[in-house]
Amino acid sequence: MMKLLTATTAITLAGTGLALAGTIDDIKARGHIQCGVTQGVPGFSNPNDAGDWTGFDVDICRAVAAAVLSDADAVRYTPLSNTERFTALQSGEVDILSRTTTRTLNRDTALGLNFAPVVFYDGQGFMVRESSGITSALELDGTTVCVSAGSTSELNVADYFTANNMTYEPVRFEKADEVLAAYDAGRCDVYTSDLSGLAARRLVMQNPAEHLMLKETISKEPLAPAVRHGDDAWFDIVTWTVYALIAAEELGVTAANIDQMKAEGSPDVQRLLGSSETGTGEWVGLDNDWATRAIAAGGNYGELWARHLGPDTPLKLARGLNELYNNGGIQYAMPIK
Amino acid sequence: MAIDPTAFLPPPVVSAGPWAWMRRNLFTDWRQTALTLIVLYAVIRGVPPLLGWLFVDATWQGTRDDCVANGGACWAFVSARWGQFIYGFYPVEERWRVNVTFAVLAVSVVPLVLPMVRGKAWIIGFLLTLYPVLAFCLLYGGVLGLPVVETARWGGFMLTLVVAITGIVGSLPIGILLALGRRSDMPAIRTFCTLFIELFRAVPLITVLFMASVMLPLFLPSGFSLDKLLRALIGVAVFNGALMAEVVRGGLQAIPKGQYEAATAAGMGYWRMMGFVILPQALRLVIPGLVNTWVAIIKDTTLVLIIGLFDLLGIVQAGIADANWLSASVTKTGYVFAAMGFWILCFSLSRYSMYLERRLGLGASR
Repeated sequence: MMKLLTATTAITLAGTGLALAGTIDDIKARGHIQCGVTQGVPGFSNPNDAGDWTGFDVDICRAVAAAVLSDADAVRYTPLSNTERFTALQSGEVDILSRTTTRTLNRDTALGLNFAPVVFYDGQGFMVRESSGITSALELDGTTVCVSAGSTSELNVADYFTANNMTYEPVRFEKADEVLAAYDAGRCDVYTSDLSGLAARRLVMQNPAEHLMLKETISKEPLAPAVRHGDDAWFDIVTWTVYALIAAEELGVTAANIDQMKAEGSPDVQRLLGSSETGTGEWVGLDNDWATRAIAAGGNYGELWARHLGPDTPLKLARGLNELYNNGGIQYAMPIK
Repeated sequence: MAIDPTAFLPPPVVSAGPWAWMRRNLFTDWRQTALTLIVLYAVIRGVPPLLGWLFVDATWQGTRDDCVANGGACWAFVSARWGQFIYGFYPVEERWRVNVTFAVLAVSVVPLVLPMVRGKAWIIGFLLTLYPVLAFCLLYGGVLGLPVVETARWGGFMLTLVVAITGIVGSLPIGILLALGRRSDMPAIRTFCTLFIELFRAVPLITVLFMASVMLPLFLPSGFSLDKLLRALIGVAVFNGALMAEVVRGGLQAIPKGQYEAATAAGMGYWRMMGFVILPQALRLVIPGLVNTWVAIIKDTTLVLIIGLFDLLGIVQAGIADANWLSASVTKTGYVFAAMGFWILCFSLSRYSMYLERRLGLGASR
């Protein structure tokens, strides 16, 4: 086997160039960004009917591609399973992992990743039937809760109910599908999972309209794009592209009004869009229009949200923590200056 | 002499006709009767709802909302994504290349099935040597002015076929060589083959694929990448080669010693003895075992999903997770569609093997 592998390695090496230069040089040389995505998570990354990848995570990659290569379509998507996603990033198979990945200390340090700003504050939430009249997680006292046995979500539920002096009756199942089926069949009052997962699973229930997601979250699952350790220039570009999208929402810059804002916006807007005298391009190693292109690619942070996850999509997720800081959430762009 | 009038009467109703057949086969005694009634009840309860779901309540055109409203199967989803399910992300304007590749395969396989065609050895030779090269050039491109289509864009039913056929075609030679090696007199070769077979036979295919996709890139120097599909194909071929080796070895063991001795006495060397006398007999004996392994290969192709390749099942799963389709009806339809795809593939292969056995006269002689 080793012989075979060595032989095939030699063959394929002939076709691939050496990738010893920085990530940005590699990207510019090959003309596209390698973006690691999921194998299909509703709202985040999915092939659409035409076979193009779409979704919230996909649009982050498109924004970065627009900033670096002036072409939002210059992205190759690599669908990655949970187990291989980090290897794919470490081995250079992908340049950026935009794949519903929770930022944790272990991943940030031991696994050698650098996380860009959080793009989606996920967390474990609850779903109940609308007819139950429950509107807050604090009203869940005395309910039966469907959970998968031995999972983190089971522990989170136990902690939450203890901390709030409430009692509940757990109904445990081995598999996630069984938990969902049991809740759908009415065996318990409450179903619990990550918010993004709840929104997706609600759609596969017999009657999605009957169910209500409570606004509280009881665990932290901050999802962020990640890059490899060791290439700070590339990390900066990804980081500040995400901030530029958030800043654009804070400043009211949208894909539609970007040209007008570029000409007549406030000094902050002009600095973001590179039309003021002190442009930001030089500092991130791009031209001054980088942020303009990133925003024009798919709109600002709020527009991405509305298009893929918000109330007008089948998922109907509420912004919650992902609202801007001045609007009740915790999303906040670092100053672009 | 009086003729017995009963001689001209038809046999009693109970010994002929459908009613008698039913009595004989379905209602022999109370146990049979009970079983028949239970099965009948299950059929009556099960089949009409199934047909209703598949056809009557089904949505043939429309969107997710239509499917949810109708409640039946959502064939609209399958038809909207038909191209994707068959070709994956293969560019639309290049899809003819996939069609040509598999059409050539079909055209070459058909003569193999017909008894009167001569020169089958040439066709098999073409399929094993020239065809893989041709298929690669057509599918991947980069020669003769065909634009390159990276393997990352391959998917769907086409990828299932590529993995299955490579597994089938690649594993047979590997298996034969390993089986011969394991029975070889040369200790080094025998030990190597035995170790190789036992190693790969004792680990699940998933482990091999994981090694190929997760571990291997870490061992390769940074920046060097081995195509992901190629890694998976090598893994599948090598793994199934080890399984195949044991099937072939079973056939080799069934050949009487006299055959070896006769071939040697006729002045044949090792390779000619194997090629002309032993292997043709041995392989004929193990057709059921070979086909069994091949069907298993086809079904195992779905495992490439865990290393991020979208085979038929993978692309269907990615499709049903699209927020614009996501619903109970679409989910069920997707899985039913994928199951039908695999069933057609595996069932035709097993029918072919039964035909082959009949024609080679094995069923009758044993």
